[in-house]
This record gives sequence, C-alpha cells and structure tokens, in this order.
Amino acid sequence: MILNDALIYLAAAVICVPIAWRFKLGAVLGYLIAGILIGPWGINLVSDVDSIMHFSEFGVVLMLFVIGLELEPKRLVTMRKSVFGGGSLQLGFTGSALAATATAAGLGWKAAVVVGLALALSSTAIAIATMTERNFLTTPTGQSGFAVLLFQDIAAIPLLAVIPLLGIAAASTDGTDEPGWLAAAEAFGAIAMVIVIGVYFTRPLLRLVARTNLREVFTSVALLLVIGIAQIMSFVGLSMGLGAFLAGVLLASSEYRHALETDIEPFKGLLLGLFFISVGMGIDFGLLESQPGKVAILVIGFLAVKLAMLWLTARIIGVTSRQRWLFAILLSQGGEFGFVVFGAAQTAGVLSREWADLLNITVALSMTTTPLLLLLHDQWITRVECAGGAKADADEISDTSPRVIIAGFGRFGQIIGRLLFANGINAVVLDHDPDQIELLRKFGYKVFYGDATRPDLLHAAGAARATLIVNAIDDVKESLLLAEIVRDHFPGLKMIARARNVMHLVELRSRGVDVIERESFEAALKAGRHTLEALGIDRFRARDMANIFRRHNVRDLEALVPVFKDEASRVSAVKAGRDELAALFAHDREQFEAEHSSKDWH
Amino acid sequence: MILIIHAHPYPQRSRAIRAMLDAVRDLPGIEVHSLYDQYPDFDIDVAAEQAALVRADLVVWLHPMYWYSVPAMLKHWFDVVLLRGWAFGEAGDALHGKFCLWVTTTGGRESSFTETGAHQVPFAEFVAPIRQTAIFCGMEWEPPLVVHGAHAISADEIAAAALAFRERLRAWTPAPQAADDSWRPNDFE
Repeated sequence: MILNDALIYLAAAVICVPIAWRFKLGAVLGYLIAGILIGPWGINLVSDVDSIMHFSEFGVVLMLFVIGLELEPKRLVTMRKSVFGGGSLQLGFTGSALAATATAAGLGWKAAVVVGLALALSSTAIAIATMTERNFLTTPTGQSGFAVLLFQDIAAIPLLAVIPLLGIAAASTDGTDEPGWLAAAEAFGAIAMVIVIGVYFTRPLLRLVARTNLREVFTSVALLLVIGIAQIMSFVGLSMGLGAFLAGVLLASSEYRHALETDIEPFKGLLLGLFFISVGMGIDFGLLESQPGKVAILVIGFLAVKLAMLWLTARIIGVTSRQRWLFAILLSQGGEFGFVVFGAAQTAGVLSREWADLLNITVALSMTTTPLLLLLHDQWITRVECAGGAKADADEISDTSPRVIIAGFGRFGQIIGRLLFANGINAVVLDHDPDQIELLRKFGYKVFYGDATRPDLLHAAGAARATLIVNAIDDVKESLLLAEIVRDHFPGLKMIARARNVMHLVELRSRGVDVIERESFEAALKAGRHTLEALGIDRFRARDMANIFRRHNVRDLEALVPVFKDEASRVSAVKAGRDELAALFAHDREQFEAEHSSKDWH
Repeated sequence: MILIIHAHPYPQRSRAIRAMLDAVRDLPGIEVHSLYDQYPDFDIDVAAEQAALVRADLVVWLHPMYWYSVPAMLKHWFDVVLLRGWAFGEAGDALHGKFCLWVTTTGGRESSFTETGAHQVPFAEFVAPIRQTAIFCGMEWEPPLVVHGAHAISADEIAAAALAFRERLRAWTPAPQAADDSWRPNDFE
C-alpha cells in the first residue's frame, strides 16, 4: 500500500516536474500539476489526501530547519528590523485590506478579521522554493521577502490561539480547558528546551557521531534532531516549523552546518515535493464546477488586493522600483496556514462551512497562480528591458556566500586560511577530522565538518558560486578525488592545489589542475638559500641561485609530466635535466663573473 | 648618529664601495644598513628603517651608480620608506633638518660626462633627482662624494677615496653648511 502510493507520487513527480521545468514553469508548478492529475479530480489514483498532506507538511519543517542553518544568530539580529518592521507592515496592510474586502463580501467582523489575517499569510514553502529556484533568496529583495515570511510564521501562532476565543462555542470544542498561563508556560518551556538542546547537546552528540565515520548514523541523528524538536513544539501547540527554524539558527554557527544541510536536503526536497503534490490534490474542483463565477471573483479579488498591498509594503520598506512587483508576486499566494486557520475557524463557529470551502479553494488556486504570474512578470520585464535597453541591475545582487573554499585545514591549509582571514577575505573551511576542528574552533577559526570530496557537501559550501577552491587535503587519494569532482561537477571553479610529491603533482596535472604548489619545495629552497649564505655567499646572490634553480626545476617538471608514468623515459628525462641544470649554473657563473669580476669598479 | 644606507647587490664582489664602507665601519656613532643583505627578497622592514632614520642626524646613501641612478633596491627603499605623511606631504616632517650625504661610484671617467662624451650630459644632471629626493624630504643636502672612473683607478686611488670618506664622516658635525651646496667634482681621478 505504502509502496504503491510511493510509486504513484514518484512517477507523477518524475513525469510532471521535468516537463514543467522544460517549459520554464518552475518545479513548484510541476508538482502542483502532478497533484491535480493524480488527485480525486484528476485520474483519481490517490484518495487519502488529508493524511498525505499532514505527513508532507514535514517537508516545510525541514525546509525551515535548513533555512535556519543558513542564518546565523548574528545575522538574525541584524535582520530584526526588517522582520518586525517589514513583517508587521505587510500583515497590517494586507490583513486590514483583505478584512475590509471580506466585510464587503458579507462576512461578520470577527470572521472578516480572521479571514483577512489568514489570507495575508503567504506560503513559505512556495515563496522560498521559488526564490531558491531562481537564486533570488540572497539578494536584498529576497531577504526582505524572507523577513516578511518569517514574521508571518511567528504571527500565525497568536492568530491560531485567538480563534477559539472569538468563537461562539469557544471552550467546548476541544480539550483546551487549560488556563492561559499554563499554555504560555508550556510554550516558554518548549522554546527553552529547544535552545538548550540546540546549544548544549547537539554539538557534542554530532561530534561523537562524526568520529565514528558512519554517514548513515550522522544522517539519522540529523533527522532525529529535527523530528524531535518538531514534536516538542507541536506537543505544546507551537509551530513545528518555527521550532525547526530555531534549532537551525542555533546550529548555524556550528562546524556541522554544511554536513547537516547536506544530509537533510534530499528529505526536504522529497517531502516538499510531496507537499506541493498534496496541495494540488486537495483543490476541490467540484466547487469550481458548481460556482465557477464566485470562485473566479474570489481568486481574482484576493490576488488583486494582496498584490496591491504587497506592492505598497515593498515601496515603503525600500525595495527598488524594478523589483516591487516581483516581491509582491512571490508573496501573493495564500499560505498553508490558511487551511489550518479556516479549519479552526469553522470548528470554532466563526466561519460557515460554505465559506471555509470557498476560501480553501481560493488559497489552493492562488498557490498555482504564483508561478504563472512570475512567468508573465518575466515576459513583461524582458519587454521593458529590451525597450529601454537597460541592463539588469547586477549591483543589487549581494552575494553573501564566500568566494573561497579551503578543503583541508591542517598545517598547509591553515596558513592559507590565516592569510586570507587576516585580510578580511571570508572563506568556507572544510575538514573531516572532528578533533582537529574542535581544536581550531577553540582558536576561533570557523571550520566546518565535512568530507570535501562529496559533491553535495561542496554544493552546500557554495561551490557553485565560489571563485576558487584551495585543495589542501594531505591525503593524496582524497586530494585527487576532489580534483576529479571539481572538474566534473564545478567546471567553473578554479583550483589551487597542494601536491605532496612529484607523483602527486603529475596526477593532479593530469586531472586538469593548473596551479599546484609542492608542499615542501619552497621551504627546501629557502633552506638551501640559508645554506649558501652560511657558506659565505652574498644573500642576494644566494637568492639569484635559488631563483635559477626554481625556474629550471619547474620547467623540467612540467616537461616530465607527459612521460612520467614511463620509467625509462622518466629516468632519461631526469638525467638530462640534471646535466642541463649543471650547465645552466656554469653559464650563470660565467656571466656573473664577467659582470662582477673583482676587476670591476663597483 | 650617522646612518649609512648601503646598497650593493653583491658586496663581496664590490671593489670601490666595499673599500669605502670598510673605511668607516669602526667610527663611533655609525649604523650601517646593508639593504641587499638584510632584505634579499625586497621585503624591507619599513618601520625599522624609519626608526633608524629618526635616530640619525646624517643619512648617507652609499651605492654604485647603475644606469644613471640608484640600484633597484635603494629605489625600492625610497618608494616604501619615504612615505607621504612621514617624509613629505602633510605632517611629513620626520626628516626635516637632518643632513644627507650622497656617496657613489661611477664606471666612466668624469670626462665622459660631457656633451661629446659617452654619457652626453654633465654628471650634475644625474645628481639632480637624488638631490631633489633629499630636499623634498626636508633634508639638508651635503656636497656629495663621487668617485668617477672606479673601473680603472688603482687600488691606491680607491684607498685615498675611502680615506677621504672617512675624514668627511669623522669631521662631520650637524652644523649648517656653507652656502656652497652645489655638486663639486671630486679629485680622485
């Protein structure tokens, strides 16, 4: 039964998403269409929509955890103004405008307030998935959108709490007879628990597990962590997503950030896809059939009011004029919280069943309009840009991700890292030795745990956007593997590599690495210079000699690379190189004597 | 204190400059900075050089002429040590009132520094940039000591030049010089 369902979901996703992608509709719309197709109003392959929806909501939780991982507390503090300022502005404007519209449509004031605020909430899942898909989340406008979504997630909690109080049948519906102070105490307790777990227990646990080098156990711990925290939050009636987000933020500055992100990512993606599918399945086309005019008016009216208010918000919070509509469209859809609120309001007797159904389909349909509106917006923008001959505002893209990745932070990588950090150049540092990381963290270095030879981890570390990667791994095999992975997966990423010996250098070169430094060469050359100096040779002359040696040695080595694996030609090449070097030095001495003989005047 | 900034890439190979330097090493109150020896990678310690300059009353630039100018290292020393806001420009008065003595050797005879000679202009024209460097930093320009034709002169002549240099330094006092601050040819040819 489960396998059968899985078969249907996966097949639908595999068929619809690439097609949607091909036609540039975006993955989210692809999932929604897949859901409509297999749902009760399509070919009716799946019936238990509610339980699937419930299960897949966990995808949203995982997504918020991953988002939290990318947000360090420090950055969150700097964002507080846009979260509480922009967020409350959006909710206030949109909520009151929608409530007024709802009153005009014939709802009572209590119902209108609840409906207005609920519809003002946007879908975190759709908005963020779309922004990520378009690489938009790190831009200033993307960040403003994210701040608004974050505020909505926080605001949804009191909204849900207030609904029963508005209802006629307030106390009797469900078992919430516990006094308010107890509920509040429980909520505080749960949040405190999440913080304590996140700050004090997770890192030692992850370190312990990382040391065992068992990847699947690490993945299990990561999932256990998120599910556990979600359960704690839901137990006291708080948003699971908010709890996961909090846990993510608490782990954002830990060395396991990228490893956690990598391990959670596939689950998040699958469940989020399932969530979109279940939204598609949940659209009640029966209502659309019986009252098409009313539904159309509702959807169009809702979108018109919400878009206008979002545009106004964008203007006030300083989104550039060119991106205001984009901002509005991204947040224009109704959110998944809407379903929950309408359900609760109906139970509390605030909202009639008919209205709840109508509003549900409005929200569901508005989710499908987001990708379509974005398509229209893109076409419009292209036309305007072409007409105006203006260029895209590249200056607005603030890339918050570092441009350098250092793989391996032992004796070699550390020197590079310290040189960069001391000059204010940010770098992502990856190492796979938990003990080493702990030690380095004590010294204040930001080192992340992870095996740099995993493409997904490199991706999480920003390899797709970085300028270059320093391959300072000391294990030859791993270093070569990394060279291959970068060549195959991130062809635009420049590599600077450390070679342990000549053989290693030859192997790196054959994998297309251009910049390679032999780890001991420069140090040995310097020691050679000191030796010459100790023998009484002028220091600057000793430097000349070392320079000649370096130039010759490097040239010889490069000539050796193609024939290195054949021993006979290697031996003869090395011999020839040695004779050449001797001749070179003899020539240099001659020239030097001619120029600086003691008969000379200097 | 007399600070000698000595710039010769291969001191052991030097004939004239080494003789000059050896002649004054044992004088009291002398500090020698051999740039090519101390900073073979051109990694001049700017703070240390500036500190020594601050302590000095007389700064001596001692080097062979290379291509009508100072050797690359001394030019680099000018570039990184004599900074705006320190040696010149606003608040750049660290060297004001100090004295500067230029001691150099050339390969050509003085007669080659004429319109018809190999170098086409009088030697004074090559003095100008060095002199102006010192003056721009607010230093008093001492009459320079130039040993021409070091290529050909005898060991005795070099010894005489070295002794003259030693006498200049030994007798030097930080008193304002006579009005004669123009370059004078030496008489060691």
